[in-house]
Amino acid sequence: MDTYPPTGLAQRRHLLSIGDLERADVERILETAAGFESVMHRDVKKVPTLRGRTVMNVFFESSTRTSSSFELAAKRLSADTVSLKASGSSVDKGESLKDTILTLSAYDPDVIVIRHPQAGAPALVTRHTDAHVVNAGDGKHQHPTQSLLDLYTIRKALGAVEGLQVAIVGDVLHSRVARSNIQALRLLGADVLLVGPPALIPRDAAAAMDVAVSHDIDDIADADVVYVLRMQRERMLEGANYVPSLSEYSALWGVTAERVRPSQLVMHPGPINRGVEIAAEVADSASSRIVDQVRAGLVTRMAVLYDLLTEPTTHGGQAALRAVEAAGQEVA
Amino acid sequence: MQLTQRESPLADLLISGARLVDGASGIEGPRLDVRIASGVIAEIGSSLDPAGAETVDADGLTMMPGLVDPHVHLRTPGDEDEEDIASGTRAAAAGGFVAILAMPNTSPVVDSAAVLNGLITRASEQAVVATGFFAAITRGLEGRELVDMAELAARGAVGFSDDGRPVERAGMLRRALQYSSVTGRKLSLHEEDLTLTAGAQMHEGAVSAELGLHGYPSIGESVMVGRDLQIARYEGAPLHLCHISAAESVAEIRRAKELGVDVTAEVSPHHLCLTDELVRELDPAVSKMSPPLRSDADRAALVEALADGTLDCIGTDHAPHRAHEKEVPFEAAPNGVIGLETAFPAIYTHLVEPGLVPLATVLERMSTGPARAFGLPAPALRVGEVANLALWDLAERWLVGPPYASRSRNCAFAGRTLQGRCTMTVAGGSMAHRMAEVAR
Repeated sequence: MDTYPPTGLAQRRHLLSIGDLERADVERILETAAGFESVMHRDVKKVPTLRGRTVMNVFFESSTRTSSSFELAAKRLSADTVSLKASGSSVDKGESLKDTILTLSAYDPDVIVIRHPQAGAPALVTRHTDAHVVNAGDGKHQHPTQSLLDLYTIRKALGAVEGLQVAIVGDVLHSRVARSNIQALRLLGADVLLVGPPALIPRDAAAAMDVAVSHDIDDIADADVVYVLRMQRERMLEGANYVPSLSEYSALWGVTAERVRPSQLVMHPGPINRGVEIAAEVADSASSRIVDQVRAGLVTRMAVLYDLLTEPTTHGGQAALRAVEAAGQEVA
Repeated sequence: MQLTQRESPLADLLISGARLVDGASGIEGPRLDVRIASGVIAEIGSSLDPAGAETVDADGLTMMPGLVDPHVHLRTPGDEDEEDIASGTRAAAAGGFVAILAMPNTSPVVDSAAVLNGLITRASEQAVVATGFFAAITRGLEGRELVDMAELAARGAVGFSDDGRPVERAGMLRRALQYSSVTGRKLSLHEEDLTLTAGAQMHEGAVSAELGLHGYPSIGESVMVGRDLQIARYEGAPLHLCHISAAESVAEIRRAKELGVDVTAEVSPHHLCLTDELVRELDPAVSKMSPPLRSDADRAALVEALADGTLDCIGTDHAPHRAHEKEVPFEAAPNGVIGLETAFPAIYTHLVEPGLVPLATVLERMSTGPARAFGLPAPALRVGEVANLALWDLAERWLVGPPYASRSRNCAFAGRTLQGRCTMTVAGGSMAHRMAEVAR
């Protein structure tokens, strides 16, 4: 671009951050996701809603859940998909993110889904494409579709999010999931408690994000939901000594069977490290919703793609349902 | 000679009817004519005779002493595609500056007489405003061995700085301060404790907590400021501190000045006018620099310290970068923003117009203050002085954006409307910048 700010790009709706959404937007997307749930139980798990649309998944960082569910979500909606991983692409040959996006945009994609190890990459993409951009995780910044699927999972299990107590336990500092989830949970009226070692809870977190902070694992006792985070060693600075050792971390902040009650919901964005942040028997217990979260990822991401590519209305959920019903009959 | 400028024809001009403002000379407000003959201010008065010289109608414009910037990066030698002496000094002139001091963190580093001599030669061919060069404090900015400070001072270094990096080891700084009494040149220090700022992307505070960008805490600056002021006090040596950004650092400097430490300190226009809220847009071309934009409380402390003189001068820390190096995700971008062309307009818009700091004080901090800090002659609107002055349209509002006189465009104020534009700069008695409409 030769001008600042860049001109000539269409004004598109993007999903870069939970901060882009109002409460009504979140409600609409969750309702749409619930509508797609019925499709999952049919023999033919595919609707023609986005036929002729193109969704590009561009992943610059490893991912199992997010990349597979975005790809499957696009396919279930009959969109054409291209999935690109950084290794094996021109990125290996030194191509910049800007040039990769300019190249892919030449095919006129409707949506670009991007995951990148550096915060701000999706924001950069919006400056160089006419496509809708979905952030599938950027550095330690945001992972908005994870938050939407987590809200979906909580609503399904407990009915409503408003008024719940949610404890987020562990390495908040390096967690984009935590940052998105705090915003999403506060937006829907839940109270949030961050629990973890002092160096792994961002300074000013309480004031900045309107949450409570504790360094004592026993404070999760009153929570309706215990949301466990992985120690993100790949994002930690070498020699930073956030905690003396993983065993000391586990002893003080590990979520063990003794520290949770059966009535508490246990969630984790994955991948889990059994025996470090969460005990194996907790991960496998009846309270655990870890597998439900993965399943929710599919319908939620279908809903996000659908929402971006249709004009949202206040009755978006109902409209989506009707569209799905009509489509379902068509396919059937 | 410490500062170098290319030889250019000396100006013969009658600038008529400008409002004159020069705090140091106690002038504020009269509309007068100023006649420049052979580059020297020959007469100041009413209804002056042009004596055959071109007359510039400066009705509605304001004439002020030229500005002095103690902190720019000209990227020369080594990165002339980002900036060179010609483009950097043109940017300075376009911003009303008549003298600038360039930092030595170039490729190669200015740590030898050969590199310094080369720069001075280039400046004598290309610089449209007076340009001085710092030499490094330590060879290669590596913090291990002092440069040949006396030789470099004799060859014209205006001072010494490892800017871009702190002098990490207290013992090394002590030796440099001791030796600076031999050279008579000041050290200009970049204050940062690297063990507190590893991986930093922005100010550590509420915004970094929300954005998930690794924080540069205020103490990452202020603990080094405190340490170095103690060493300077112990040695009785003068000291200059670069780009102060944190309220905690201001408190350290204020206390040191009360204790009689011979310290001068500098603050940038972007730290005085902008806060870390700007980082939310995640555009590193406008909001990523070191030290980072801080909280509004820090900004308020800096403004107060500028007004009361705890901070002696404004330095732009003009730091050009290639456009493509800034067109990357925020975390991948290098630090630095350009600021010569927007420095005074930004300060005028954000501090003078709202009544936070008087115009005379701003002028002092941007002209006399930095000149005094480095022992340079201060520009003044006085008969007999070499013409170092700028004409400003203080009513003009303009949108910051390309084209810039600088080769780079990573400007912190890009996309913002600022008030006050420099229409003419006379530096060292020669015309250095002139906007087309003034020629009418």
